[in-house]
Amino acid sequence: MSAITTPAPATTDLRPGAEVILQALKEQGVEVIFGYPGGSVLPIYDALFQQNAIRHILVRHEQAAVHAAEGYARSTGKVGVVLVTSGPGATNAVTGLVDALLDSIPLVCLTGQVPTHLIGNDAFQEADTTGITRPATKHNYLVKRSEDLSRTVHEAFHVARSGRPGPVVIDLPKDILIKPAPYTEAPPASVPHRSYRPQVEPDAARIKEAVALLKGAKRPVIYAGGGVINAGPEASRLLGEFTHMTGMPCTNTLMGLGAFPASDPHFLGMLGMHGTVEANLAMHGCDVMLNIGARFDDRVTGRLDKFSPDSKKIHADIDPSSINKNVKVDVAIVGDAGRTLAALIEAWKADSAAQDKEALAGWWQQIKEWRAKDCLAYKQQGPIIKPQHAVKRLFEITREMGRETIISTEVGQHQMWAAQYFGFDKPNRWLTSGGLGTMGYGLPAAMGAQIANPDALCIDIAGEASILMNIQEMGTLAQYRLPVKVFILNNEYMGMVRQWQELLHGGRYSESYSAALPDFVKLAESFHAKGLRAENADQLDSVIREMIAHPGPVIADILVAKDENCFPMIPSGAAHNEMILGPDQEGNARSVTDEGKVLV
Amino acid sequence: MSETNQRSATIAVLVENEAGVLARVIGLFSGRGYNIDSLTVAPVDETGRISRITVVTSGTEMVIEQIKAQLDRLVPVHKVSDLSLEGPHLTRELALIKVVAQGDDRVEALRLADAFRARVVDATTESFVFEMTGNAEKIDAFCALMRPIGLAEVSRTGAVAIARGTRHIAA
Repeated sequence: MSAITTPAPATTDLRPGAEVILQALKEQGVEVIFGYPGGSVLPIYDALFQQNAIRHILVRHEQAAVHAAEGYARSTGKVGVVLVTSGPGATNAVTGLVDALLDSIPLVCLTGQVPTHLIGNDAFQEADTTGITRPATKHNYLVKRSEDLSRTVHEAFHVARSGRPGPVVIDLPKDILIKPAPYTEAPPASVPHRSYRPQVEPDAARIKEAVALLKGAKRPVIYAGGGVINAGPEASRLLGEFTHMTGMPCTNTLMGLGAFPASDPHFLGMLGMHGTVEANLAMHGCDVMLNIGARFDDRVTGRLDKFSPDSKKIHADIDPSSINKNVKVDVAIVGDAGRTLAALIEAWKADSAAQDKEALAGWWQQIKEWRAKDCLAYKQQGPIIKPQHAVKRLFEITREMGRETIISTEVGQHQMWAAQYFGFDKPNRWLTSGGLGTMGYGLPAAMGAQIANPDALCIDIAGEASILMNIQEMGTLAQYRLPVKVFILNNEYMGMVRQWQELLHGGRYSESYSAALPDFVKLAESFHAKGLRAENADQLDSVIREMIAHPGPVIADILVAKDENCFPMIPSGAAHNEMILGPDQEGNARSVTDEGKVLV
Repeated sequence: MSETNQRSATIAVLVENEAGVLARVIGLFSGRGYNIDSLTVAPVDETGRISRITVVTSGTEMVIEQIKAQLDRLVPVHKVSDLSLEGPHLTRELALIKVVAQGDDRVEALRLADAFRARVVDATTESFVFEMTGNAEKIDAFCALMRPIGLAEVSRTGAVAIARGTRHIAA
């Protein structure tokens, strides 16, 4: 039995399944596929060979194909498309799929499968792909009838991009790719799906309640996340408009960076485990919180029973299951972030109640005092490059040059420094693995972003450990002449692991040292790229400028201080007002409780 | 979390009758650590396209709200209905109960079966199979009484449930 049963169409125009798939992809507006061939998908590769409308990017590992499609999707707002073979092709893609699931990235991943008559026989390169990917995707399909093929592709795109976006797998047995199949056009948007109908329009009554709470707020804060970015650039514009018309402070999650301009005085910086003092204390001390498109992730809330104890909470999310999952809220709004913001703006104007401007001014005064702590301050002294300084200079130099810049990251300390010191004024310029925390994400993501934005400056801010997890994609950069820049903050440690070992495990640096590293300059050269190295602070700017000026791919190996920690930090099991500050700060450092050590 | 009061919930889920839909529901419960006390499934419409899953689960109010929201966002799910919250409802379970006994015990088994309105659906000189419907407590009580007499095997369907009165759910 198949997921979708389509009545046989009147037309007798039948073509091989593989061609029907490509036609459906074209109708869905697909221009690029990231993939890797193999036995079971050869018919699709044969069909790709005989057309020019869809470009195929050959990656070096299927995980990278998915991350590249994520980078493509996040930098454009379009659905990313992946094509991999059965068995190991599909299992290699799983990490990328879960990554996209946790970060709500719209993807369609076509996986090959052994022919229908061999399914379940432990055939060569057979894996139970729909079984394996069921909890790794928003939805998945196994197509067993040719007449279901094109309808399934259309539905997969609809599911991937609508509601809370996510990855969708279509498993395609090889005989289905070869057998003649009919083509069905995508149904018009006015035809609703039989069972899947996400709520997009917010409920007017809830919007009114939210505005009433916000109007009466004395210490409000807006906490905006990736949902605003997923709702499209207009949602980010509306977030700015709402924040300014209400005069409220705004903080972004890691996923939401760029939804609100970092250079705006209303911006408090990122919140959460490595967020700013002013953002976290505003969250802790607010009396009304408006969460829009964020999900009260554990990295944001810290200790739940001490999270923002005195506030009324409004939560707007497209996914009803995100509401009241971790934090009980007072007003729940289900809907698209953009539509919700538009409705809030309208209701705010229509509401005649006056804001307590005096209280708001007092709240800003308090925020100013927290800001004065300058929690991200560091001292760059002597020849050793501080990693924070490297990111800050990269940001300043790219800003001076005024080029469209897209930043991806790997996972670890460098990722947090990038989030803290690189300011994003627009959405879709920041690509990071927030939910899953996938090392090896950044290089392929930058690759995908570069494909989608050929004129943009795409930089992967990396660590020397993470970059090795998908380093093979340097080959893809060379093949397609993609001028991606890999900016490695090389401290010879898995820095975040080392930091936790220092803070939680008595400085026993178990297996966190990056031994036997390659020479990254030679490595770059062997992949037909340029290799650069900065060993001391004097060389930093010139290396950054040379990296940017070079027309092709570059690895810049930036040797940074080995023992630098990432601060501020809310230790596991602590609350927002229990941050550890940097060594140069007057802090309230505390040790981690046993309860906290259990947490990751 | 402040809420610690557990409650039981009987949830009816109308789903598209397609391959893998039961695995999605069960995977959701195991993957997110929810309890399944009982689960039944069968097609319920004339075309066979819609199946009804009845799941009995327990948890805090917050967890049960989560379970419903998580079920509702599965693509093939049409409708999620919390029968325990929405008003009076009936719950029934079917059980087949095999008792192996001789002599006076057989008489006692039949007497108890009569009291519980269990029907004999198979009999040999040494055994009975009783069929009974009821809520879980009634079946538990019957099995407990049969244990000393010679309860040999029990097969139960798990709960099915429906609202009382005119209230009804449709896909």
